[in-house]
Amino acid sequence: MRRFAQLMELLALTPSRNRKIEAMAEYFGETPDPDRGIALAILTGALTFKNVKPAILRDVVLAEVDPHLFALSYDYVGDLGETIALIWPHHGGIEPLPSLSDLVELFNMTSKAELPRLIGSLLTRASINERWALVKFATGALRIGVNARLAKTALAEMSGKELQDIEEVWNGLTVPYTSLFDWLEGRTERPDIDHTARFHPLMLSNPIDEEKDLKVIDPRDWVAEWKWDGIRVQIIAAKGRVSMFSRTGDDIAAAFPDIVDNVFGDGVLDGELLVGPDFEPLPFNDLQQRLNRKVAVAKHLQTFPAFVRVYDMLFQGGTDIRSLPWTERRERLEAWFGDHKQTRLDLSPIVPFEGWDQLAEIRRRGAAEHGHEGVMLKLRSSPYVPGRPKGLWYKWKRDPNVVDAILMYAQRGHGKRSSFYSDYTFGVWKGNEIVPIGKAYFGFTDEELKQLDKWVRNNTVASFGPVREVSKELVFEVAFDSAQQSGRHKSGIALRFPRINRIRWDKPANEAATLDDMQVFLGAT
Amino acid sequence: MPTPFLDRDLHVRPIDAYIDPPVPRARAIITHGHADHARSGHGVVLATPDTIAIMKVRYGEDCAGQFQPLEFNTPLVVDDVTITLKPAGHILGSAQVLLEHRGQRAVFTGDYKRLPDRTAQPFELAACDLFITEATFGLPVFQHPHPQDEVARLLRSVVSFPDRAHVIGCYALGKAQRMIALLRDAGYDAPIYLHGAMIRLCELYVERGIDLGVLKHSLEATKAELAGQIVIAPPSAIKDRWSRRLPDPVLAVASGWMSVKQRARQSGVELPLVISDHCDWNELNQTIAETGAGKVWVTHGREDALVYQCRKNGLEAEPLNIQAYEEGEEGDA
Repeated sequence: MRRFAQLMELLALTPSRNRKIEAMAEYFGETPDPDRGIALAILTGALTFKNVKPAILRDVVLAEVDPHLFALSYDYVGDLGETIALIWPHHGGIEPLPSLSDLVELFNMTSKAELPRLIGSLLTRASINERWALVKFATGALRIGVNARLAKTALAEMSGKELQDIEEVWNGLTVPYTSLFDWLEGRTERPDIDHTARFHPLMLSNPIDEEKDLKVIDPRDWVAEWKWDGIRVQIIAAKGRVSMFSRTGDDIAAAFPDIVDNVFGDGVLDGELLVGPDFEPLPFNDLQQRLNRKVAVAKHLQTFPAFVRVYDMLFQGGTDIRSLPWTERRERLEAWFGDHKQTRLDLSPIVPFEGWDQLAEIRRRGAAEHGHEGVMLKLRSSPYVPGRPKGLWYKWKRDPNVVDAILMYAQRGHGKRSSFYSDYTFGVWKGNEIVPIGKAYFGFTDEELKQLDKWVRNNTVASFGPVREVSKELVFEVAFDSAQQSGRHKSGIALRFPRINRIRWDKPANEAATLDDMQVFLGAT
Repeated sequence: MPTPFLDRDLHVRPIDAYIDPPVPRARAIITHGHADHARSGHGVVLATPDTIAIMKVRYGEDCAGQFQPLEFNTPLVVDDVTITLKPAGHILGSAQVLLEHRGQRAVFTGDYKRLPDRTAQPFELAACDLFITEATFGLPVFQHPHPQDEVARLLRSVVSFPDRAHVIGCYALGKAQRMIALLRDAGYDAPIYLHGAMIRLCELYVERGIDLGVLKHSLEATKAELAGQIVIAPPSAIKDRWSRRLPDPVLAVASGWMSVKQRARQSGVELPLVISDHCDWNELNQTIAETGAGKVWVTHGREDALVYQCRKNGLEAEPLNIQAYEEGEEGDA
């Protein structure tokens, strides 16, 4: 536990992604089985203790601490687990705590009624830092800036294996991952996982370079589809069981019963998760209501019914068809839809075109009239290749929307940028006042960042903690993918994926855009 | 117990003097040199010689009309009030003010700590009827670890990252010098580099007999030379432009506030060092009990919890709610 507590503290406090990866890799390298597997399960969220609830922890602490003092403290600290670790009045740290795997046993064996006593005695035995880690371990509420992908990246770093190869087997593995570590450390072959449970890494596209690529590729060799504005998912249906994974291999089936309960037929499908009634997609904002949840909210099943727009097939029934050309897979996919009537899946239609100019016009109109993000181009002969192979699939995004906005506030960045004012809030005119429409922290070069930082410092009119308000003089050309109505902002507008396109040192602020100018972007979504 | 001789704004009525007044007064008794206690512009200032020296360095030789030095444990009788300054253990020269008036004894602690610290005269307990205590860390979540353990963590980190500078955010008066002394006592004898704002006060400590080892101005070293070194700077500087001259710095902050990891994390502190010049919750309660006071006034911090705890223990207790003249919540902790 001591070593795990040290790891947790380092992960919580180092802002650097690379250092977090190094620290986890080092930990996995030097910690024996099965403890490292338990740690991995905690870091990836694969292991939780259903009986260890915040209410129980609260009872444990209130048996030792005056409730009023606890309430004042919790109010100050703001995090239940950390408050408990800090306020616990007994200090151990001499005797070691049980190992992680022993703790798992203890939590699972102990009855609900006995659990408070167990947790209390563990807290008393722990040092302050161990208490902090112990509470996080027990509740699974980590808040240390680590996700499953980062932990898997550390496994790749530690072993020299490809992240993709790890993700491919990940979902078929069980805690404490002994077979995984055996493979990572070269003692055995990769664990053999039933393909029906296993995530198959996705084939990704490259952005097209209009100047270069379109001149050399022949439109007759390519098909086009709309680029849908949802999230990429993989559906695996086999033996009466349906799984759904995000593009990073996270199993998200539990949050989408409306889909997984309504897949008919076996196979592995690649498509876009969207929400909306009758296969009419609603804006991405609405989809977001349903993401990052462990289970679906009943009301959302009605208001934001989910469906998947399918565009490829990796396995037909149990047969791997990834090496077949796209045309062949598409035929089989269409036939599969013919054989199995679906209520929550539909086919992503093919967009017919003759030449690139015509497709450019289709793409432009699709953006203007339907808010489509762009088109996908797929080589007719392309096999399904995991990763981001060159020259097989392209995304051709619509031209970004741009608006000239005025810099209003600047905030310090994080990590390497913590001495720079690198996060910018900008706004547009609403009558004689300027209202914020968004925030961006990239799109400029390091050299430009230095200039901006200097400008912010020389033009500050007020400071609020880490935020500086600047005089309203500097204009940014801000690019963004789309604009949506939003009740959360004073301007009533929220931008999707805003970035600084250019710094208009030359442009006077009174020539920046107005809120009226923004209305045209709303229509297109 | 009636306490007519001392008002709730720390006005000592019979002699018309104020303790640590936030606005200029004709007669002021100053507990220590931190800016939330020592202001410039008073008429006569009564304080320890160390505190007077600190005030002169910070605010200039003529920052008060007149200085009246008073050594520790030397009673001074003014009319029918006896003033005695007792060491508070907070920083160099820091004092508690013991007031005796017609058989009543009242103590105002200023800021204080109980742990040993060779850069400050060690705290001495004074029995009293009315105890007026600070409560900077007046919540039971504040249970400070041993400073030696925190310094050991820092030194381990210095060894682990030989290519990076460790910059420690420290309040320039008191914490910086204590941090240096703790490092020296842990056997760290390499030069310690100082941000410019630290230099004058460190010199003053040395002049007054506190050994801090070899200190260098951070500007004397190149970026490359600072790799593997320790640099002490005010907290405001560690994230400002100044820090760009350090090689890939590990940001550390030495303060009692650093015990809350989620806060350290949010403020981008990579190495929080829980080193405080104030009592933690347990020490506050221990001290209150040891003074034998029946009445407690609580000020400077999180008064609610400590007042609640005193009342629970059968003491008469009230928050003072002295006008918030802190320099910002996390000033000198």
